[in-house]
Amino acid sequence: MRRVLPVLVVTLAIVVIWYVAAVWLNSAWVIDQAARAGREPSFMDILRGTMNQDRPLLPPPHQVLAELWELTVEKRITSKRSLVYHGLVTLQATMLGFVVGAILGVALAIGIVHSRTMDLSVMPWAIISQTVPIVAIAPMIIVLSNAVGIEGRTVPKTIISAYLSYFPVLVSMVKGLRSPEREQLDLLKTYNASRWQTFVKLRLPASMPYFFASMKVAVAASLVGAIVGELPTGAIEGLGARMLIGSQFGEPMIMWTALFAAAILAALLVVAVGIVQALAARAMGQVAR
Amino acid sequence: MIWILGSLAAWAALWWVNTRIAASALAERRAGRVAAPLIFGLAMLIVWEGLVRGFEVSPVILPAPTAIAAKFAASLDVLWIDFVQTFVKGALTGWVIGCGAAVAVAVLIDRSPFLKAGLLPVGNFVAALPIVGIAPIMVMWFGFDWQSKAAVVVVMVFFPTLVNTVAGLDATDRMHRDLMKTWNASYWQALVKLRLPAAMPFIFNGLKIATTLALIGAIVAEFFGSPIKGMGFRISTEVGRLGIDMVWAEIAVAALAGTSFYGAVALAERWVTFWHPSQRGGR
Repeated sequence: MRRVLPVLVVTLAIVVIWYVAAVWLNSAWVIDQAARAGREPSFMDILRGTMNQDRPLLPPPHQVLAELWELTVEKRITSKRSLVYHGLVTLQATMLGFVVGAILGVALAIGIVHSRTMDLSVMPWAIISQTVPIVAIAPMIIVLSNAVGIEGRTVPKTIISAYLSYFPVLVSMVKGLRSPEREQLDLLKTYNASRWQTFVKLRLPASMPYFFASMKVAVAASLVGAIVGELPTGAIEGLGARMLIGSQFGEPMIMWTALFAAAILAALLVVAVGIVQALAARAMGQVAR
Repeated sequence: MIWILGSLAAWAALWWVNTRIAASALAERRAGRVAAPLIFGLAMLIVWEGLVRGFEVSPVILPAPTAIAAKFAASLDVLWIDFVQTFVKGALTGWVIGCGAAVAVAVLIDRSPFLKAGLLPVGNFVAALPIVGIAPIMVMWFGFDWQSKAAVVVVMVFFPTLVNTVAGLDATDRMHRDLMKTWNASYWQALVKLRLPAAMPFIFNGLKIATTLALIGAIVAEFFGSPIKGMGFRISTEVGRLGIDMVWAEIAVAALAGTSFYGAVALAERWVTFWHPSQRGGR
């Protein structure tokens, strides 16, 4: 309770600030409408008028939640407006990119740990690759994969997701594979263990906590990649595409619901990874932190 | 054919050079640590050039590095305008405001354990959300020009910096704080002379994460509407006009800007936190 209470208070404060801001931002429209009708709006009129506009500058929380409920639970999944449908499209690219990124990150880390040459020449470029804004490259990835004859947008989105998510895995795995101590490595040497045996029996198990710690970061990054990948493609499916459509047609509610759906998806993914992490830690006999 | 084989041979030769560097004493010195990645990058460019020429790839699909360099040199003025619009006005302004606000808020809430206990989980949660999604909303609020881009950047960099700074302000030892107390140091004296310096490695960690986020935010926001300049705008229009070499020139600018921005913050970190174990030589 002592840990939950401050979080609740802060969350409540955010909601209150949000309502105040919504009234403040949306009131201009109400006052303007009333002025055109030649009326002087009372404070209660303004208050009521700001709570449920069609195109609010800032929709109040209950309006966003109501819209979200309608678009997820009440709409059929096959509907073009259903956020479950668009969320699944984004989720698919996210998971593909996440898997590809994790495999790539682990593979590169294994190479870097075992080859001094790769450590020297590849690792700096891995760092540089993350300072290059992926959104600049995203349109090119789409053009290139179209040129190679790949239809659809799943592949370019997957590549962008993987580009963002491989890096945290790589960094953590390099650290994890190097985490066995000198004595442990020496012990395996006295057993005459081959490089492969050392890797499978010592380095890999030792790296697992690092691996799972990087998964949460990687899955969040992967979702950002999938959403960003939907922006410059002219995609019509996916949460990023909904945001773009809402922006182009001047429909704030579409943008807000897509944003919230993306946030909920991110939270679910992080929680899911946390559960897998706890299960794996227990299976490996480690105490979950 | 000669291009393909030639470039692959050059790749093999340069890889061999790098293996020699890695095996020699040079690998422990600065020269080797700088040379090896440069040689690797050069090898990548040679293979790119060779494959594009060898397979006669159309420049509409993938231009050769030399063609991109030529385009880059020929359109410096346009690239500079875009750079100022997106990086200086959008990303840098937003980064300064967002990080400044985050550090200030962190110092403020640090005095109240209750606020800290409440804001940290919320901040951690928000830092994991795809905040780029607020870009269309910011464009709606602040218009098409750089103000909306800076606003997106402010929100994107705020939470990672906040979380890191709060963690950093907790990083002092009990002993150090007690020492400050025995000297009768006021809250502000202890903050400026002990706790902020001790927090610097954490703050710089947040600032470095924020540099990459800043550029992403500024460019993404341009996809939702921008004046007729800016890196994101140029990229999306040139893709439409099949001016792929211009797109790559713009990518080169983004890469240079992102890397040097990160490098500048890393240099500042080395200068400010020279006392920290990770910065002292011989790593």
